[in-house]
Amino acid sequence: MSAVEKMTPAETRLARVSLPDGFGPQRRAALERLNAMGLPGRRDEYWRWTNPTDFIAPDPVPAAPFSDDEPEIFGEIDRLKIVFRDGVFDAEASDELAMSGVEILRLADAPDVNWASSLYGTLEANGQDPVKRPFAALNTASATDGVLIRVTGAAEKPVSLIYTHESETSDPILHHLVKLEEGAEITVLENGPAGARFNKLMEVDVAKGAKFHHIRVQGRDHERRAVTSIFTRVAEEGLFKSFTLTSNGVLTRNECVIDIVGDDANAHVAGAALGDGKTGKFHHDDTVFITHGAERGESRQVFKKVLKNGAEGIFQGKILVKPGAQKTDGYQISQSLLLDENSQFLAKPELEIYADDVQCSHGSTTGAIDETALFYLRSRGVPEEEATALLVLSFVADAIEEIEEERFRDAILTRLEGWLARHRG
Amino acid sequence: MAGVDQVEVREGVDRETVETVQNMGTYKYGWDTDIEMEYAPKGVNTDIVRLISDKNKEPEWMTEWRLQAFSRWEDMPKPNWALLKVPEIDFQDQYYYARPKSMVEKPKSLDEVDPKLLATYEKLGIPLKEQMILAGVEGAEDINLDDRQIAVDAVFDSVSVGTTFKDKLAEAGVIFCSISEAIQEHPELVKKYLGSVVPQADNFYAALNSAVFSDGSFVYVPPGVRCPMELSTYFRINAENTGQFERTLIIADKGSYVSYLEGCTAPKRDTAQLHAAVVEIIVEEDAEVKYSTVQNWFPGDEDGKGGIYNFVTKRADCRGDRAKVMWTQVETGSAITWKYPSCILRGNESQGEFYSIAIANNWQQADTGTKMIHLGKDTRSRIVSKGISAGQAQNTYRGLVSMHPKATDSRNYTQCDSLLIGDKCGAHTVPYIEVKNNSSRVEHEATTSKVDDDQLFYCRARGMDEEEAVALVVNGFCREVLQALPMEFAMEAQSLVAISLEGSVG
Repeated sequence: MSAVEKMTPAETRLARVSLPDGFGPQRRAALERLNAMGLPGRRDEYWRWTNPTDFIAPDPVPAAPFSDDEPEIFGEIDRLKIVFRDGVFDAEASDELAMSGVEILRLADAPDVNWASSLYGTLEANGQDPVKRPFAALNTASATDGVLIRVTGAAEKPVSLIYTHESETSDPILHHLVKLEEGAEITVLENGPAGARFNKLMEVDVAKGAKFHHIRVQGRDHERRAVTSIFTRVAEEGLFKSFTLTSNGVLTRNECVIDIVGDDANAHVAGAALGDGKTGKFHHDDTVFITHGAERGESRQVFKKVLKNGAEGIFQGKILVKPGAQKTDGYQISQSLLLDENSQFLAKPELEIYADDVQCSHGSTTGAIDETALFYLRSRGVPEEEATALLVLSFVADAIEEIEEERFRDAILTRLEGWLARHRG
Repeated sequence: MAGVDQVEVREGVDRETVETVQNMGTYKYGWDTDIEMEYAPKGVNTDIVRLISDKNKEPEWMTEWRLQAFSRWEDMPKPNWALLKVPEIDFQDQYYYARPKSMVEKPKSLDEVDPKLLATYEKLGIPLKEQMILAGVEGAEDINLDDRQIAVDAVFDSVSVGTTFKDKLAEAGVIFCSISEAIQEHPELVKKYLGSVVPQADNFYAALNSAVFSDGSFVYVPPGVRCPMELSTYFRINAENTGQFERTLIIADKGSYVSYLEGCTAPKRDTAQLHAAVVEIIVEEDAEVKYSTVQNWFPGDEDGKGGIYNFVTKRADCRGDRAKVMWTQVETGSAITWKYPSCILRGNESQGEFYSIAIANNWQQADTGTKMIHLGKDTRSRIVSKGISAGQAQNTYRGLVSMHPKATDSRNYTQCDSLLIGDKCGAHTVPYIEVKNNSSRVEHEATTSKVDDDQLFYCRARGMDEEEAVALVVNGFCREVLQALPMEFAMEAQSLVAISLEGSVG
């Protein structure tokens, strides 16, 4: 390229990728993958409804730090806190990284441990076929920090990842590993604004009979631009459960790539997204890809979106049943409630099935709030705003039901109610 | 098959179905007609485009229109988004124009048509004699023949060999003729509407069709006229290494109604053949068009050799308020099907419906579905798609439902069900849903399952063999779509369902 030719933003971004210490071979392989696939454009099938420009730009769009006036969502819960400030591990604000049945390391320490080396980037690489996920490869190549969790028994309490945002131009890239050994169980919580632009990836390896629970809250830091990915592999009789509550946010893309490799395994992924365009643009994209590669697997995708004032909700969900994955039970529901004329919901619920003895179904509905239900409530003396809030809560309830523990469901409900109270009318 | 007589007729499966199951045979239309043909040189280029235009004695504007399409086509990429493995097609290694020598001088009436051609259609059950109703319809004898007359336009390779009942239709003001004839005799209508629904460069195959289409059917129903009989086009590919590119243009003027049927077959051959058609339908205010297809092109043999590559663009434009269009398709043939009959619901309160059965057996691949583009207020659409996969086949439903911001108070309901027979095939669903206003309601449901063991057991316990039992269950699965077809087609379709699945069990 001659000096006068201007590089495109994507070329600049790729040229700037540097590989931090540790996991050298894995990072180099990821960079190779990334360069081979390139960054996405609007013409990419998987980006047809979400504009990747802000994720591609060499520098993030500045975002003012967000100060939360609500109490921290998991504040009351007994947990092991791990804090990242603008994407850098904050030892002082974090608890000691020790808990019985769990080994916790910091990615930036570039630990030379076998289990982490063989997992880092592996699930992400597997998840690149058949759909390319360039921001995940970018993450594996250049993540600067993260946490490596290995669970050998039942964790005594949840691990809580808390992200804080202080610099207007922070652009953190975090990569977490969670490895659950046979029969192990852990809950991972995530919340807090992480930076102006956030690229986060979590690889979760669920061994035989192990159970992984994930509850995440993305929220209120309205100027956030986040692209997140979860890659998981679920072995025989394993369980993977993930729930995300998203409220507001200029641009959020949450990808979840689930590979069911063992018989009788379960994978559930759910999300509730609340967007009000009044505080600025809201664009939320849930992209899920579940591969059933073993027999008698069960998967659930439950996604609900409540959109108003020009908010945009996207759902791209896929169930792929490989040949031989007999007795698979796959279910997918994506629904959205449009609270005004200007909001929109775009969905692509896909099934690709190569085994005959399976039960797979999906449903998708979009529409306004049910006038009859609203009328019913109002005729019994419930004011319109309250009635609307009630109906919204009942609409998202199915997604919240996917959370197993009541204390987390309650915490999420409180958040939801808070959002509804702030976004009336 | 003694057991059949005792079969209890279940809801949605009638006795005819059971009988047609008895008569199951392999592809019935695989023979060819030995007839002297005239070919244009192989390949496609501007000379060929001119030659086709010339053979059809077209005016200059038509030739220009084709050349424009051709130049756009040359720069267009082949679409690759469908879940299809399409072998490399050498577009220069086939004939784009083939007509029976006897058609060089166009016969003035059906009496002058080469008896060999008439016999071909006779054998296909498509009589080109006006006093007869569509053959192959048993149980239709008790129906008043006057009510069941069907006008047929028969297209043989690149040319239309004849159109029946033209005079009777003309009395009602309906124009039904081949498109080559329409270009000469009704240029103002063709000029106004051709390409107005599917533009020349709409997609790769539509652009190719726009450049080289050789014939097809043309229908114009004037305002307020209810077409006195069903119209039908029967497409037959006969010549080897020849693509068929036909173009159909249907215009239903204000307050009119027409029901149109389309059927297609081709001989069995080892090499694949290309078929790239375009159908454009214009539906004005208060008009209604029903378009039904039974697509039974040669699907290739059990090893996946030969068959038709069917790349078709079909689109209806509901231009006026309260316009209504209904697509019904039974797709059982073709080695590859790439087809998405669509509805643009532009007029307020316009309606689009799509009913489809797609059956893929052996090595067939089908990627088919619809688009419902809601632009007008209070528009309605309904999609019912039944996909059946057997053998090593791959069957995909691909659809789009789009509610534009101004399409307020609109509704869509989509139901796609897939049935898998055997563990080597695939069934896929790829719906796109875009909702940009909140007073509209969009509902989408899809299921995938296998043939129900209990139902099979029930049938078998009553003496049916497994293939018969599967055919019965499948017919039940398809019932909603079969019911949407005109009677003649419904019966043919039912028997086709059985034939297509032959050999898929056990």
